[in-house]
Parts: sequence; structure tokens; C-alpha cells
Amino acid sequence: MDPRLAVIPFRLGGVKRIIVVCSGKGGVGKTLISTLFALLASQRGKRVGLLDLDFHGPSVSVVLGCRGCTPLEDKGLIPVEVAGVKVMSLDFFAGSAPLPLRGRDATEALIELLAVTRWGELDLLVVDSPPGTGDELLDAVRLLKGVEALVVTTPSKLALSSVSRLVGLLKAARVPVLGVLENMRVEDDVNVQRMAAEWGLVYLGWLPYDRDLERALGDPSALFSTSVSRSLERILETANLLA
Amino acid sequence: MVHEWALAEAVLATASRAAGGKIVKSLKVVLGELQNVDVEILRFAISELKRGTDLEAAEVEFEVEPAVFKCEVCGTEWRLDDALLNDREREAIHFVPELAHAFLKCTSCGSPDFRVVKGRGVWIKELVSNG
Ligand SMILES: Nc1ncnc2c1ncn2[C@@H]1O[C@H](COP(=O)(O)OP(=O)(O)OP(=O)(O)O)[C@@H](O)[C@H]1O
Ligand SMILES: [Mg+2]
Ligand SMILES: [Zn+2]
Repeated sequence: MDPRLAVIPFRLGGVKRIIVVCSGKGGVGKTLISTLFALLASQRGKRVGLLDLDFHGPSVSVVLGCRGCTPLEDKGLIPVEVAGVKVMSLDFFAGSAPLPLRGRDATEALIELLAVTRWGELDLLVVDSPPGTGDELLDAVRLLKGVEALVVTTPSKLALSSVSRLVGLLKAARVPVLGVLENMRVEDDVNVQRMAAEWGLVYLGWLPYDRDLERALGDPSALFSTSVSRSLERILETANLLA
Repeated sequence: MVHEWALAEAVLATASRAAGGKIVKSLKVVLGELQNVDVEILRFAISELKRGTDLEAAEVEFEVEPAVFKCEVCGTEWRLDDALLNDREREAIHFVPELAHAFLKCTSCGSPDFRVVKGRGVWIKELVSNG
């Protein structure tokens, strides 16, 4: 009988919608997209949280430029607020120390993090996930009741084959998938569109490869003016995810 | 882990569900040392929150299980007291005990590859109810 599990639904009780950004493949832009999604929704006046579930490579704090911030303690932990977004990440505690967690330990860490974080009232909680179809994702699906998924891929065959496995897993776990987002597109190609149709999923649109992105990392206001952010905004708007 | 008051609420909710409507006579809660729970605050919170519930008369006992780590490489076992931690690290481990993996190394060979053998988590070990 684990009493911590009884606290989690209570901690998430004020959260209206939870969307996990996932891929199966590493390095396709999950962290960038989940962070921009949270920023854009917050800019529209929504109450937004951003949860970093990538325990081995937590990096939303790098994109937002809030490394070294510390959540406040008050009957639990209050997330760090950046550009209106409430952020929680193990990076705030582990700093640059490596955090070698085996599967069971990663599950425990997630339970603790969900049991301790006080999100308050949120319209949207965006969750950045680690690459792969391993424990973290299964745990997220099990512990974050009602979670929906946004699938990110690049046009590469290598990405698409991992994403296929992820889509199979999401379907088996009955997680509603909002659609497929193509990132870092460099040429006209309908591969991802074709795959999305094959998976029976909505193709949401594509984001360009943006050479100027690197310079904007760590600065939320600079991120807003990147072409990736502008493209993402249009796509999310069309998909009715910013309303 | 969670704040003591939230933990108190969770313990009572979990115990009451397990008792299935019966009156609970006693309860034994084990707290892993790594959770770093303040037992006195927890005791007080539980005594306040159980008033007027099926658990009102329950005797609640606590047991703190000392943390033991074991190196996966050389097999050495060590305790939390043997580890050199600063305040910030201790506090981080209090919130998320797995952060021990970011701050601790084997006391003998220095490997980061170790297991928490004992002393993590919170669970209800015993529950005695009427009937
Ligand atoms: N549209 C884009 N244009 C240019 N660079 C991009 C774009 N999308 C992502 N990147 C860059 O690609 C790299 C990987 O992005 P990101 O870290 O968001 O991927 P990820 O899927 O979260 O990776 P991981 O699986 O390691 O968590 C980063 O350096 C990021 O800045
Ligand atoms: Mg990432
Ligand atoms: Zn060792």
C-alpha cells in the first residue's frame, strides 16, 4: 500500500488538460517543441505548466534559460515560473551531476516528483518526454490520468521507424493522439504525411529547419521571434490547441 | 517526498480504503530514511486529520527504515551517515530520494552504479481492523 499514489490525483486535481510531447526517437525536437508550446499557450493567457520527464537529459531549463533556479518549498514544491510558465524539472536539483537511474528508480523518481509538486490551477500541463518507448513513457501514461499525446518526428527513415513503435504503444495504451508534427524539414517531401495516414493519425504540419534557433535558446522572448515558433503557433492554432 | 501533511492525508486515505469501512484499531507506517520525513509533524498531522473518521481510534506507529546502499560493481554496502552530503543535496534527496544517484558514489570504489537496498519509500506495513 503506497500512500504516495493517493496524493498524485490530488496534486493534479486542478489541471484541466495534460499533453505529452513524445517521439520514440531522440533529438527530433521534443524539448524545443514542448517548451515553445507551453510558452505560446501562456502568451495566449492560458495557465500553463511544463513538466520535464527526461530524467537522464533534463533540458527544458536550458531552452528557457532557467538552470540553477530552485522551486520554493510550501506544503510541497512550487514550480519555478518562467515567462508565465510553471516549470518543474529534476535539473533544478541535480544541477549538472549525472543522474544514473535504472528503470525502477526512474519510476520512483516520477512518483515522488508528481507527489511533491503543487501545480495549482492549470489549463494545460505540457510534458516533455525522454526518447524511447521505455518506462518513463509507460509510467507517464499510467500516472497522468487522461493524458493525450503529440507525436514529433523528423522526415528521416530512422526517426519514422522508432515513431512507428511509439504509435503502436500509444494505441495499445489507449492514449488519444492529437496528431503528428514534422520537425526540421529541409525539403519538400510527403513521407511523414504518408506515414501519418498509415498510422491513422492527423498530420498537423511541419516546422522548418531554423539556423538561427541556436542563438535564441535560453531566452524566451528571443524564442518567440524564431521562424520555428511562428510556424508552431500557426499549426497549434489550426489544431485548436491554443484556444 | 511529499510534505508531511499531504503524506498524512494520503496515509489515512490509503488505510481507510484498505479497511473497507471497518473501524481501524492500529496502523504501522514504515518510512524510508531517504524520505527524510519529520515523524513528529506527521504524527501530529495524522492525529488531527483522523478525527471523526473510521481511523479516529487507531493507534498509529511509525518505523524509520535506515537507508542502505550497495555498489553494483564491488559489492560494498554503506549507510546514509557514511556519505558526505551538503545541505542542498540533503534537501534535494528529501524531495526526490532518487537524487541520491546524482550525489552519492560507492564509498569504496567510487562507482556511481549502486542500488538502494533499503530505506526508501513509504508504506503501510500493518493494519488491524475490527471484525
Ligand atoms: N526546427 C529546428 N530547427 C533547428 N534546430 C532545431 C529544430 N528543432 C530542434 N532543433 C535543435 O535540435 C536539437 C535537438 O532538439 P531537442 O533537444 O528539442 O530534441 P529532443 O527530441 O528533445 O532530444 P532528446 O531526445 O535528446 O531529448 C537541439 O539542438 C535543438 O535546438
Ligand atoms: Mg529532450
Ligand atoms: Zn564499489
